Amino acid sequence: MEEKRVLLEYADQINPESAADYIKVGGYKGLEKARAMQKKDLIDEVKKSGLRGRGGAGFNAGMKWSFVPQDAPVKYVVCNLDEGEPGTYKDRIICEKNAQALLEGMAICGAAIGSDQGYIYCRGEYPFVVELLKNAVKSAKDAGALGDFDIEVRMGAGAYVCGEETALIESIEGHRGEPRFKPPFPGVAGLWAAPTVVNNVETFACLPYILVNGAEWFAGIGAAKYPGTKVLTLTGDINNPTYFEVPTDYKLRDVIYKLGGGIKNGKKFKAVQVGGTSGAFIPEENLDTQIDFDSMGAIGAALGSGAVLVLDETRDIVDTVARITKFFEHESCGKCNPCREGTFRMCEMLHKVNEGKASEKDLENILRLAKVMRKASLCGLGQAAPIPVESTIKHFKYEYMRKLV
Amino acid sequence: MANYMDLIASQKNTKGGIIEAFHAIQKEYNYIPREALTAAAKAFGMSEAKAYGVATFYSYLSVEKRGKYIIRMCESAPCHVAGADEVIKAIEKYLGIKTGETTADGKYTLELTECIGQCQATPVITVNSEPIFNVSPEKIPEILSAYK
Amino acid sequence: MINLKINGKEIQVPKGTMLLEACRQAGAELPTLCYDEDLRLAGSCRMCLVEAKGRPTLVAACVMPAENNMDILTESEDVVEARKVILELLTARHKFDCHVCEKDGNCKLQDYCYKYGVKESSFAGEGPHFYKEDPNPFIERDYDKCIMCTRCVRACEEITGADAINLEDRGHHAKISTAFNGILADSTCVFCGQCVMVCPVGALTSKVSAGKGKAAQNEKVLTTCTYCGTGCTLELNVNEGKVVGVTSNRDRKYSPVNKGALCVKGRFGWDFIHSPERLTTPLIRENGELRPASWEEALSYAADKLKGVKEKYGPDALAMFTSARVTNEENYLAQKFMRAAIGTNNVDHCARL
Repeated sequence: MEEKRVLLEYADQINPESAADYIKVGGYKGLEKARAMQKKDLIDEVKKSGLRGRGGAGFNAGMKWSFVPQDAPVKYVVCNLDEGEPGTYKDRIICEKNAQALLEGMAICGAAIGSDQGYIYCRGEYPFVVELLKNAVKSAKDAGALGDFDIEVRMGAGAYVCGEETALIESIEGHRGEPRFKPPFPGVAGLWAAPTVVNNVETFACLPYILVNGAEWFAGIGAAKYPGTKVLTLTGDINNPTYFEVPTDYKLRDVIYKLGGGIKNGKKFKAVQVGGTSGAFIPEENLDTQIDFDSMGAIGAALGSGAVLVLDETRDIVDTVARITKFFEHESCGKCNPCREGTFRMCEMLHKVNEGKASEKDLENILRLAKVMRKASLCGLGQAAPIPVESTIKHFKYEYMRKLV
Repeated sequence: MANYMDLIASQKNTKGGIIEAFHAIQKEYNYIPREALTAAAKAFGMSEAKAYGVATFYSYLSVEKRGKYIIRMCESAPCHVAGADEVIKAIEKYLGIKTGETTADGKYTLELTECIGQCQATPVITVNSEPIFNVSPEKIPEILSAYK
Repeated sequence: MINLKINGKEIQVPKGTMLLEACRQAGAELPTLCYDEDLRLAGSCRMCLVEAKGRPTLVAACVMPAENNMDILTESEDVVEARKVILELLTARHKFDCHVCEKDGNCKLQDYCYKYGVKESSFAGEGPHFYKEDPNPFIERDYDKCIMCTRCVRACEEITGADAINLEDRGHHAKISTAFNGILADSTCVFCGQCVMVCPVGALTSKVSAGKGKAAQNEKVLTTCTYCGTGCTLELNVNEGKVVGVTSNRDRKYSPVNKGALCVKGRFGWDFIHSPERLTTPLIRENGELRPASWEEALSYAADKLKGVKEKYGPDALAMFTSARVTNEENYLAQKFMRAAIGTNNVDHCARL
């Protein structure tokens, strides 16, 4: 089974900044089609395609758009390019290979909700992508490809939490990137209190292809309930640490052994973490799961950003998870109690375990805290932070037990 | 060196653009000097306390003076399992400073960072945001000596 | 109207009502730390979490509008456990010196730990290290007790408009701070003490009242501030017959003018009350020397002199200059006295300047 390249079909064959190059391979036809449609029909078409958010939450894109009140005078289209999940770089790849598809996708969304202003929020770690996108926008505007639709590129400044859509909005507004409580949802009151659609790069980039080839075509690719392709990035103890675009019914085992070329240095597999650092660790017995949103959910994992971190048999799970808890301690915004204090104490306790100073009582406290963080935190960061801890205690408990005093 | 007032003025029409102004200031000064922060706060109609809150929220913004070259070591999980800890030690040893510090000659600042999205070639460091791939403790002297 | 169930009880509330209020109407009072009815909502302390059946996470009642058919539990096992863990997390960062704390007996953290039986924290590790040395004479900033509810930041911005404080850093390192983490005197702080008023714990307290009596020991006497004509309501804290502090009564019924808000003078400038230099009896000047007199004697003396001037030079030879430091009613009486009793319009007031 091989890759199925839709977004990345012309990777390295076209200049991603050039609208002319993109138009040569069929670009901006989708937008043309979208603009000829009634808004409602356009939203229905996207709904029918079954396209679900590629950022992590997996919400039906057309459905999200349908919540935007049509009569609001100002509306915004915001692209989330803050991919901060460790091990993830698929949005960078999509921009570096096919930036114009992202711009076209945003303009299609603009046509659907009646917005003429888009923002791309690019993470501060990618200043070169900011430059690329600014040039791409200029090229598209000069070619007249975007029509009245304008796109401004903003750069983040190193804050994982800004991948959360309301924190991202706060950051564009020039504030601390602290998530807002919901409701109101951005679709009703988002950027500068105007209705705002926030979608991920990959979600937007799918749209031109859906419009050109039709909703049925897209709905027929991959898993029925989470159709399309997904760009994955492989890291860790894997022979081919690179990116791939696969249909969503692709199996995890094939990702690792076929595309990934198996475990490095002939070692055996121990665990794989999918979806970035907030994802669950998956043991060997669950490798025959499809990567789509719901199949991953069924085994207590998440597709998330599509990052795939593979660990070989020699890896120390507790040490890796201790490092992961440090990540969340560093990236918590500090707004809500369960996350601000919880990520800090979780990190403290995991390091205690890792240093061989913890008792079984500590392990109980870890699980007690994990459950409350998951249920009581204000945003997805605090809710997801304990997942790597809980999933490894579930599947690799012996690794913890052997480190206890 | 561009005047910070001009840098702030260049972003004046960017709605809510104080972070863009901070980026512009940092590009020239490598950090946000106090008077520049005060001026930016004023330009964007924000209290100084709030602007300071924004500047200290983001990892890549700094209100403290930093070196000419800001070296960041990624220590997120993929780089961690690829040996980031050993690389950090090698950098600290080479520069004679601890993480978070700046060398006495004001040339290098060493910071830790979370994932910078270059995981195809771990471990990764950046020097002034430019990524350097597949680093190892042995390669550190050669890599850093290129930045004078 | 919205129909929902709270702890099994069917209730009806207007659309837009938050669950916190709906629960209150259903007889369930929820614990809150960051909530303050005069300030914009934060939804951050997560103490008012409730269980909405069918939802995967608990919801913060202060920021969640009531929806039709919601089925809410306010003290379910998950809810109580979440509150306990949150309290344990807060106690792990909070300096416990309740025996010498100004807020002892008037502290929300203490109250909730008592209510939920939180004796000690399961998460005790690195302790608090946020104390801020600040040499100002009014406000003690012991952030080792801060629970990061941000009510002080919001009060500074929304009630006073001083914008002196905000947050520094993020995550566990975040703390309340002026720009560049300086002292209040170097900031835009006006020392109104609204931050002290809203602080639910002992992080912000009055230096002027320190050591003079805890809340439970003080009697609170509602009165009107004497500093200016605004007429702010305040509460004198009285301990063994002495005024030891001023606090706010924020109830609209008692504090319609200022809703508890005060200025630096009203909140911190009360130490003159027991000054030995204060006059305690009327004085009459005789041969260039002041001598104590009774009120009866002094008033008769003044009345005679006023009458004498009026008879000799006419009513316009007299004028009354009144003070902002007396109440509106007293000022009214003063001008009435001049116009009706003396017969002149020569009335003026310091607040007119």
